[in-house]
Amino acid sequence: MVFLLRRLGFYIIAFWACITLNFFLPRLMPGDPVSRMFSQVQSQMRPDQVDALRRLFGLDDRPLWEQYIAYIGNIFRGDMGISLSRFPAPVSEVIGAQIGWTLLLGGTSLVIAVILGNFLGILAAWRRGKFLDSVFPPLLIFVGSFPYFWLAMAALYLFGITLGWLPLSHAFSTGLSPAFSLEYIGDVAVHLILPALTIVLVSIGGWMLGMRNTMIATTAEDYITMARAKGLRPARIMFQYAARNAMLPSVTSFGMSLGFVVGGALLTETVFAYPGIGYQLLTSVQALDYPLTQGIFLTITAAVLAANFLVDIIYVRLDPRVRVS
Amino acid sequence: MSLTDSTPTASTTAGNPTVQVPEPPVPGRLVHGGFVHGILTNKKALFGLAVLVVFALLALLAPLLAPGNPSDFGPEASLAPSANHLLGTTSKGQDVLALTLWGSRSSLTVGFIVGIAATFIGCLVGIASAYFGKAIDELLSLLTNIFLLIPGLPLLVVLAAFLPPGPATVVVVLVITGWAGSARVLRSQALSLRSKDFVAAAVVTGEKAWRIMFREILPNMASIVMSTLLGCVIYGIGAQAGLEFLGLGDTGSVSWGTNLYWANNDGALMTGDWWVLLPSGVAIAVVAFALALINYAVDEITNPRLRVEKKG
Repeated sequence: MVFLLRRLGFYIIAFWACITLNFFLPRLMPGDPVSRMFSQVQSQMRPDQVDALRRLFGLDDRPLWEQYIAYIGNIFRGDMGISLSRFPAPVSEVIGAQIGWTLLLGGTSLVIAVILGNFLGILAAWRRGKFLDSVFPPLLIFVGSFPYFWLAMAALYLFGITLGWLPLSHAFSTGLSPAFSLEYIGDVAVHLILPALTIVLVSIGGWMLGMRNTMIATTAEDYITMARAKGLRPARIMFQYAARNAMLPSVTSFGMSLGFVVGGALLTETVFAYPGIGYQLLTSVQALDYPLTQGIFLTITAAVLAANFLVDIIYVRLDPRVRVS
Repeated sequence: MSLTDSTPTASTTAGNPTVQVPEPPVPGRLVHGGFVHGILTNKKALFGLAVLVVFALLALLAPLLAPGNPSDFGPEASLAPSANHLLGTTSKGQDVLALTLWGSRSSLTVGFIVGIAATFIGCLVGIASAYFGKAIDELLSLLTNIFLLIPGLPLLVVLAAFLPPGPATVVVVLVITGWAGSARVLRSQALSLRSKDFVAAAVVTGEKAWRIMFREILPNMASIVMSTLLGCVIYGIGAQAGLEFLGLGDTGSVSWGTNLYWANNDGALMTGDWWVLLPSGVAIAVVAFALALINYAVDEITNPRLRVEKKG
């Protein structure tokens, strides 16, 4: 319990650090951010938009610390300002409409990569130096060496354009309206294949190697020798004895990689014009929509922190040693 | 606590374990020699090194191999690879081979600068954290963990969006987002060295803190620093490419990332000009793979359990 409270405290500090970063970044820019943006969009901003901006950046004459406290207060009320590129929609609304797609894409590919990668790692470690162990790791390292977005473009070119098997972009076909129908779900799934596939391809190698290496260390333990001596079935020793104990580092990496998935999804979403918040983050940056940019960054961070806390809770249940230390 | 009580452990405290030793033994030198030998006899490492040397040469010789400004538009647009243009041309008539050769300069330079800087900060934070312990460790670890947890690419995007554009910004942004991982790894390694006798000996002899950290502890971490450096260089090259692909880097420069940005921007994918997209992506992958192979070899050399036993 003390452990979890300590962790919770850490996450709160981390989140506070992000809010602070978000608050000071536009103020560190040379010049007044609002006039800078105003000049960059060639004065196409309406007066009410300028007002919204001034309010967000606290460019009224209050002292900095008052603006800062007001900013934090607004964040906790879920008020992240007004989006400029989608004026007058509030930032929270824009994010709410899109975060689901990122969770779908990131979640699906992470789960597939973790399960498949760990399974391959277990098998590779169990059969040291055999085909799986000697061919897969270098091959996967090589595939993982390609930039995310490049593999995504290659897959898009091959399966989307040349072969025409799968859709090129977006999360579902135009003209189809979201509904809980078989047609819609099937359409979404088909649109998910290529982006998810590229993320899985790039990340699976890390999972496999990590699992392989801890598994090799585990199989050298005495209790494995003991299990063998007892004449237990190899499959039982492999999964119930060795893999179960080698899983722990994977749980930690799972938490760590949550942030990575959002990051990887950002590039993949961009290539496939997938309507997640990663893609939206980029569009908002290009549109100089600073309120939306900051809101998305905070949301992603909050999501990653929350997910990590969840992993911490699971970890405490899995590894009793954590509770003691 | 008397120093002579401490029994010399393994080779780390080779030499005379008394206070009167004028020159503290520099541990790790032996380990280091074995390490270099290990690298030079490891097939994976040799292959990786060879690939790196080839790329470094190509980057250095770019002005000779492909004279002129590679970004200049030419009359022959969207040509498939041929004898005249070995890798074809872009839709603006630029020679893809020239772009790729010149691109290697920026990509390799930024990759290595970012890698070295991020590793350096990682060393500094990690070793200081382990050496001083207590409040400093708490503070530095907190900082490290925060940076580790903040999703990297979104932070990259936000930073790149707010900072004035330019090559220096790219490097600064990549170092800010890249050092934390190495700090964490190096801290845990330094922590185990901190409790070794030779460090205690140095502390009692009144060595300066920075001297103990960098002359006593650091040399013993050579292999892990090396592997961290390789990882950071891979990160630097890949992240620069990603940032530039998104159009957030220095779009005026020629690098593998900007090559891919322009290729995508000019619709190379849709028009089927695959040769414009292929070289820069493959170059990034091959360099990253070469670095990863060396890294893999470092792991094998330092962790014998990962080596596949040779038969016979």
